[in-house]
Amino acid sequence: MRDVAVVSFAQMPSVRREAQRNEVEMIGPVVQSAIERSGIGRKEIGFTVSGSSDYLAGQPFSFVMALDAVGAWPPIRESHVEMDGAWALYEAWVRLQHGDINSALVYAFGKSSPGSVRDLMALQLDPYCVAPLWPDAISLAALQARALLDRGDYSERDFAEVASRGRAAARDNPNSQVTGGADIDALLGEPYVASPLRRHACPPISDGAAAVVLAAEDTARRVCERPAWIRGIDHRIEPAALGVRDLTSSPSAELAAANAGVADGGVDVAELHAPFAHQELILRDALGLADGVAINPSGGALTANPLMVAGLIRIGEAAQRLIDGDATRAAAHATSGPCLQQNLVCVMETKQ
Amino acid sequence: MSELCAVVGVGQTQHSAKRDDVSIPGLVREAALRALDDAGMTFADIDAVVLGKAPDMFEGVMMPELYLADALGASGKPMLRVHTAGSVGGSTALVAASLIQAGVHGRVLCVAFEKQSESNATWAVTPSMPFQPPVVAGAGGYFTPHIRAYMKRSGAPPDVGIKVALKDRLNAIRNPYAHLHMPDITYEMIEESAMLWEPIRFHETCPSSDGACAMVLTSESIADATSKPPAWVWSTAMRSEPTMFSGRDQVNPQAGRDCAADVYEQAGITNPREEIDVAEVYVPFSWFEPMWMENLGFAPLGEGWKMTVEGATAFDGDLPINPSGGVLSSNPIGASGMLRFAEAALQVRGQAGEHQVPGAKKALGHAYGGGSQFFAMWIVGSDKPEGR
Repeated sequence: MRDVAVVSFAQMPSVRREAQRNEVEMIGPVVQSAIERSGIGRKEIGFTVSGSSDYLAGQPFSFVMALDAVGAWPPIRESHVEMDGAWALYEAWVRLQHGDINSALVYAFGKSSPGSVRDLMALQLDPYCVAPLWPDAISLAALQARALLDRGDYSERDFAEVASRGRAAARDNPNSQVTGGADIDALLGEPYVASPLRRHACPPISDGAAAVVLAAEDTARRVCERPAWIRGIDHRIEPAALGVRDLTSSPSAELAAANAGVADGGVDVAELHAPFAHQELILRDALGLADGVAINPSGGALTANPLMVAGLIRIGEAAQRLIDGDATRAAAHATSGPCLQQNLVCVMETKQ
Repeated sequence: MSELCAVVGVGQTQHSAKRDDVSIPGLVREAALRALDDAGMTFADIDAVVLGKAPDMFEGVMMPELYLADALGASGKPMLRVHTAGSVGGSTALVAASLIQAGVHGRVLCVAFEKQSESNATWAVTPSMPFQPPVVAGAGGYFTPHIRAYMKRSGAPPDVGIKVALKDRLNAIRNPYAHLHMPDITYEMIEESAMLWEPIRFHETCPSSDGACAMVLTSESIADATSKPPAWVWSTAMRSEPTMFSGRDQVNPQAGRDCAADVYEQAGITNPREEIDVAEVYVPFSWFEPMWMENLGFAPLGEGWKMTVEGATAFDGDLPINPSGGVLSSNPIGASGMLRFAEAALQVRGQAGEHQVPGAKKALGHAYGGGSQFFAMWIVGSDKPEGR
């Protein structure tokens, strides 16, 4: 495969409610920043691709107006996935393999604040038999967490430890949103939102946007001192019906991690898209991460979870650590669908 | 240099106003299984699945690729979901082709669908949003001012649209999958039908359909080994431009012209009217045929309508446009673009049945979406691209 790297990343600080700006106004500065940091001219960008969901915007074709933030004139090569931006990045990586273009802009946006996102996610389920019952996103995650507890390897204290570590890490991340306490016993004193999940084990509701610039081979070397070279990227999906899946493991994440080559070398840092605390435990096992790996130094999705963006942020956060020289090999992960139905794993290295 | 890609399987559903005999998974499987059968494959042979459809609100299912993963045999495989407005069916095929051309996969199943009977698409596309100019007129209300501008610019006779509609509806009779089969259709019947959006009459507009389309795309070595003739992908292109800004030409959009120029250049085509044998072009309202003839470079500026009037775009014309009956005869929105791409492939494979254009060797598939701002195109041929 052709060598392709993340050469820049930008995000807006996640907030509970972005009341002043619409999606175009949220994306504009983020795209501008990613392009400026990349050192690649806007007109040099060979391909543009974005990720978002109409259902968050409450409007069909919501990505259409977002194009105004990109400056698509003269007309550009452009595409869109109705998925998290991590999958848009995958499409860009594939496109760069053709060899005729050398850079790509990837962006994602999600504004959850206008609706009731907890209920909304029920519309991802079987529309004939399941969605009409409106099983909400937190209740489904709680079913998964309960199954994991029943397996006997983890406890509610483990969930709290994940949240506590995330909150502590988020203090150093100006883009995170949750500032709550990290004392584990205090966290365990919280009431349940949906047993066995307490507030700290659930993600915040977030509005956000992020952008990444990818560059191939010499273009990446020219513009970036330490490009975050993508060594492997793969994604897999599982059946929709929760009843046919073992919710305590993630075979799709495991397969994606194997195909992306997570185990081919030591991992310094891993950014896992785990909106719920127990999912980080499942993913750590699925990716086969050793005890010494720094997991979610950004604070993770438990401290900022803009839907359709949080997966791309994981790749961006991991890449930024390589670009900054703080790590040499990183694994990033993104998820979609109820209870980790679909998973993407991206392995990046600074090594040429 | 990217890998060669070919279409080795094509499938589509029976399109109709309401497919209440199937669920959404039933609809997409009908197309997917036909494409696999055509390719001599099963779901087990497929490396990855790419799904496309227009807004999720048309069916009320958020990101339905999640729900449809196992129905489309994608469990344990990569699955992507594309959404680029009305061009999405074409874009979905292009993303699938891109996976082959990149050398990432050898066999990709792409599927596009819409089950429009689940909602009312006309009003689903025109919500009133804060700080955005409301359209509140459906797609027809949005596009007819462009048509009137075209009529004024070109001085076209007022009945060109009627002739396009008559031609496409007559073509549809040859296509067993088409939604509208109107064997008794006449010029007068179209002319006398209700005026919806001046100058578009009821019989000059696309129907609202339930339907799906699927294709199996493969790499060169796999296509070489199939028993039926493949359609070789000669070139692919996509272009986008913003919806509205001062000076934007919505009648003859730059993105469409650029996309066409790109797809011709890659295929080594210098005279598209001469070198392309048949085209499936996204014409949801009759007058878009002459407009796109100019945008695609088949006719000089202001003269696209002459192709219709002179019969050049008819089934027996020198450049048949939409022998399948086109979007005017079947319009499951998310699938409509892929149907154009798939019908182009059927033509160069010699598999188009009663609507086969004799001797078609090179065909264009075209899709557009949004406010005439998203374009997806490919050229397929019965031979491998020259020099490959």
